[in-house]
Amino acid sequence: MSTAITAYCLIRNHKVIVNGETLLEKEKELKFSEFIKSAYDLNASANLKFFKMDDLCKLAYIASEFLLKNKKLSEQYGQENVSLLFANTSSSLDTDISYYNTIKDFPSPSLFVYTLPNIMMGEISIRNKFKGENAFFIFERFDPDFLRNYAMQLIKEKKAKAVIIGWVDLLKENYEAFLCLAEETGNGTELTTENLEKLYNVTNFKL
Amino acid sequence: MDELIAKLKTQIIEQLNLEGVAPDDISADDPLFGEGLGLDSIDALELIVLLEKNYGIRIENPADGKKIFATIRSIAEYITANKKA
Repeated sequence: MSTAITAYCLIRNHKVIVNGETLLEKEKELKFSEFIKSAYDLNASANLKFFKMDDLCKLAYIASEFLLKNKKLSEQYGQENVSLLFANTSSSLDTDISYYNTIKDFPSPSLFVYTLPNIMMGEISIRNKFKGENAFFIFERFDPDFLRNYAMQLIKEKKAKAVIIGWVDLLKENYEAFLCLAEETGNGTELTTENLEKLYNVTNFKL
Repeated sequence: MDELIAKLKTQIIEQLNLEGVAPDDISADDPLFGEGLGLDSIDALELIVLLEKNYGIRIENPADGKKIFATIRSIAEYITANKKA
């Protein structure tokens, strides 16, 4: 068995798609905050911390909850063997702007802690007890070739047995999250650049 | 004091985004950190901001924070004792 994509989750246009199946679809007029709350109500385990997260973290967190439902990667592979490899284009700009707007009055500590995009990987790691390598990149657009090669390198160098590859971007009401689970010896679709690209673009792609 | 305690409960729920928590769920004497509401260090900083923003009170000695923020009642007592006329 070769390294394979064993699950994926795509959140875009007020839809949550997991492994090609639409699990939630909401009307486009809904604000992001209302949409993501409905996704939380549908699938996420109760976690008061969710409501303190910024929108970018909420998006990544919810995508991970759908992706990892009923999976116990930490137990299966060991906490140190699950890596997260994320990227986006807007960094944490959405929260940076909100935080900047508080500086003139009273700087908000709870906003400040989210003025880095890689915090979303921290939230997911805490929730799932992952302690493997985390890497975050900022690209102009989704780069499946880079992400695939980096993930393969982590596995080849025995730094990970499972890698969650993520493209999670949000700025105001524009957002998208694409998370893929790649496992060293999993049953699924081979981890190739083309397959990553396909999953990202074709919303009903079955593994 | 009761009025201030009721107001503080609402302000804390709002400032700390305590989703699903109603003012009546919080007892004035419940510990805010550790158990009780289970607040964390970032919440503590938000409480400092709340005191300054809403009551004009600055905590000069950070070491006093643990005592001041022990419960809603202790915060209310601190505000009453330190609020400028």
